[in-house]
Amino acid sequence: MSKSLNLFVPAIGGTALLLGLAYGISSREYGAATIDSLEARVQQIEANAAQATAEAQAAAAEAARLLQEREELAALAAVSGASLTAPAPVIEGTYGLGRVAFDEEIAAWDVDVLPDGRGLPEGRGDVFTGEEVFVDKCASCHGDFAEGVGNWPVLAGGFDTLANRDPVKTVGSYWPYLSTAWDYINRSMPFGEAGTLTPDETYAIVAYLLYSNNMVDDDFELSHENFTEVEMYNADGFVVDDRPELEYAEWRTEPCMENCKESVEITMRATFLDVTPDEEVEAAVSAPAPEATPAVAVAEDAGGIDPALIAAGEGAFRQCQTCHQVGDGARNRTGPVLNGMIGQTIGSVDGFRYSGVFEQANAAGEVWTAESLAAFLTDPRGTMAGTKMAFRGVGDEAEVAALIAYLQSFAD
Amino acid sequence: MDEIFKPSRRTFLRGSAAIAAGTVAGQAVAQDGPDPKITELQDWASYTGVGVDETPYGLPISFESDVVRRNVEWLTASPISSINFTPIHALDGTITPQGCAFERHHSGAIELSKDDYRLMINGLVDRPLIFTYADLERLPRENHVYFCECAANTGMEWAGAQLNGAQFTHGMIHNMEYTGVPLRTLLREAGLDAAGDLADKWVYVEGADASSNGRSIPMEKALDDVLVAFKANGEALRMEHGYPVRLVVPGWEGNMWVKWLRRVQVTDMAVGSREETSKYTDVYENGIARKWTWVMDAKSVITSPSPQMPITHGQGPLVISGLAWSGHGQITRVDVSKDGGITWETARLGKQGDTKALTRFYLDTDWDGSPMLLQSRAIDETGYVQPTKDQLREKRGENAVYHNNCIQTWFVNEEGVAENVEVS
Repeated sequence: MSKSLNLFVPAIGGTALLLGLAYGISSREYGAATIDSLEARVQQIEANAAQATAEAQAAAAEAARLLQEREELAALAAVSGASLTAPAPVIEGTYGLGRVAFDEEIAAWDVDVLPDGRGLPEGRGDVFTGEEVFVDKCASCHGDFAEGVGNWPVLAGGFDTLANRDPVKTVGSYWPYLSTAWDYINRSMPFGEAGTLTPDETYAIVAYLLYSNNMVDDDFELSHENFTEVEMYNADGFVVDDRPELEYAEWRTEPCMENCKESVEITMRATFLDVTPDEEVEAAVSAPAPEATPAVAVAEDAGGIDPALIAAGEGAFRQCQTCHQVGDGARNRTGPVLNGMIGQTIGSVDGFRYSGVFEQANAAGEVWTAESLAAFLTDPRGTMAGTKMAFRGVGDEAEVAALIAYLQSFAD
Repeated sequence: MDEIFKPSRRTFLRGSAAIAAGTVAGQAVAQDGPDPKITELQDWASYTGVGVDETPYGLPISFESDVVRRNVEWLTASPISSINFTPIHALDGTITPQGCAFERHHSGAIELSKDDYRLMINGLVDRPLIFTYADLERLPRENHVYFCECAANTGMEWAGAQLNGAQFTHGMIHNMEYTGVPLRTLLREAGLDAAGDLADKWVYVEGADASSNGRSIPMEKALDDVLVAFKANGEALRMEHGYPVRLVVPGWEGNMWVKWLRRVQVTDMAVGSREETSKYTDVYENGIARKWTWVMDAKSVITSPSPQMPITHGQGPLVISGLAWSGHGQITRVDVSKDGGITWETARLGKQGDTKALTRFYLDTDWDGSPMLLQSRAIDETGYVQPTKDQLREKRGENAVYHNNCIQTWFVNEEGVAENVEVS
């Protein structure tokens, strides 16, 4: 407060000094008329000075009032934590941003199906058709009988296991709504080709899943008309979150701090199980790996292929490992084993179910060469239209070459 | 206690290596003579370093290259539909750098540009709307720090101590400062008069990826603190966290934080999607499952010492450090026990906890070299006290998979080696 008042004091003092100077000059050097004129001017200036002083005092008072207000606010903020931060404002009306959606856009994206069947498109599919579609599009992960391959989900069976130590939660044993299966298959399956099924195909797959779970007979046909008549085994198996009643009431109490139990013993140790990933993985990731020794060892079988290229290919192969295995003990997974690929007849790995285009290539006796493999890896679906391999392709030529070198390092 | 405190051979070897490393990298102990690192001219003190344009976007220095997300391969069928773990054992403070914040994808992380991004608001609204990314940037936005925890965090530990490291037992969590537009602002733009009474209404949210990962959220929450976020820790979201736009659902399970958010539909019932029926429901001992278990209850874990962070400095001053969080609000207190829960000391909070965000705690102690059974116990603003594993099992059995917020125990032996254990 005092600081801003000081700003005004020199201004008022300055005016008085100017007035004194003017009066001294007038009495010594000039005539009466001039004196009268000067006196009038002095009176005018004095009047102005008085007004300026009043204004300055008013301004000082206003400044003092504002300062006090600020201090009060600061004090309030210190007490209550109030500040200038605020949530995003809520306004009357709207900001008018965004545009109205077209019906076609809503139809394309709003495809969810509710438990009461709302959202289902017209269509139908029977168990027999469903089995064909399932074996073609789903079985590589879920098994021919929806029993699941590897770690992929089991879709059938598991009835009356929910209270067991390891419950088997399938579409049949666990899922409360059939709409969930239709909705999920329609929008997100097959894995890697989501959104490509027709409504009839989806009805057929769902019919086959019901059959796999012994919930319908083999002549069953599912459609938008009978969809909601299907009764789900575990429809009543869910309760809404009851932690507030069963747990919170009990656990919102002041905890024990001393002598909380008589003694403590270790009852189980993670190291007995030994399922934690090894730390050594980190070293492999972090070290710049001057020479990838394992790859050099393999390269002896690979007829003088550049070891550095093989090592690069090993890194690039990570994107393939989801579906393909190589090396000793490799098994068919979502995709076939890739050992000894170059020079091999296309579509000839034992025990793997190929797509039609691969079966045709196999029948025609076509063989994988470095060139044909490069073309396939660059554009899988363009090169082998209809392949089940859900992979966009490798854009980088050097990466393709590295992958082929890596694959060549695995003989049959 | 001596015989049960013997470490397994594997742990012992790792511990010895850690201690050996400790003497190299470690503390200022009495030296036999002058330290050549000081008395001899070092390369870095003589030659010049790298120039300013060496890395236009920097990564951590090579010495920190082990502080990375890690995967547990046997957990899932494929890395495309899988999860990895934040290296929480090696971090401090509360903010998780995006580059090491855990990832969870159901159909892989997708590359979706801002130009290709569209957000639809439809269903029971007055005007179904389409927003571009540029539209979102014109709406009033907010900044909030929130934790995002997968409902399955610690889910492998229901039946017993299984994974040996805080990264693996508790690393399905990250904590970032989000910038975004409140979901209620977008819903108001579309108008909610058509929805009538909002008390029994929902929003169904889905992503643009192949899984779409749809979830139903009650309208009350949608109008409360849900954010449509496009920045995290000041920069654009990473691809693996939903670039360019993800949903932030404070305090609720991570699966609801839909990435690559493309649609918000106002509905009159929960959709019952795959992610809210077959998954993210909690089966209890009698075979009945709880659904709509959205809130993440109060939880904490000591990040150091822990199996990946053994004590390498021997006896003397020791900082015990960890993280605490609650989906119900602020963390108000954390207690630490060194004897497996017989006695507890109240830890120091790094700073006052933000609501629904990670809080750092410290217990500054003097270690006498005797074995410890380290535990931490979080208490939130509702007075909820983090339960023991046995308390949880008594209520829920061992098959719930999700929402395991039990007190964690690390056994630390005389050499400072830590191990994941369960205690009576």
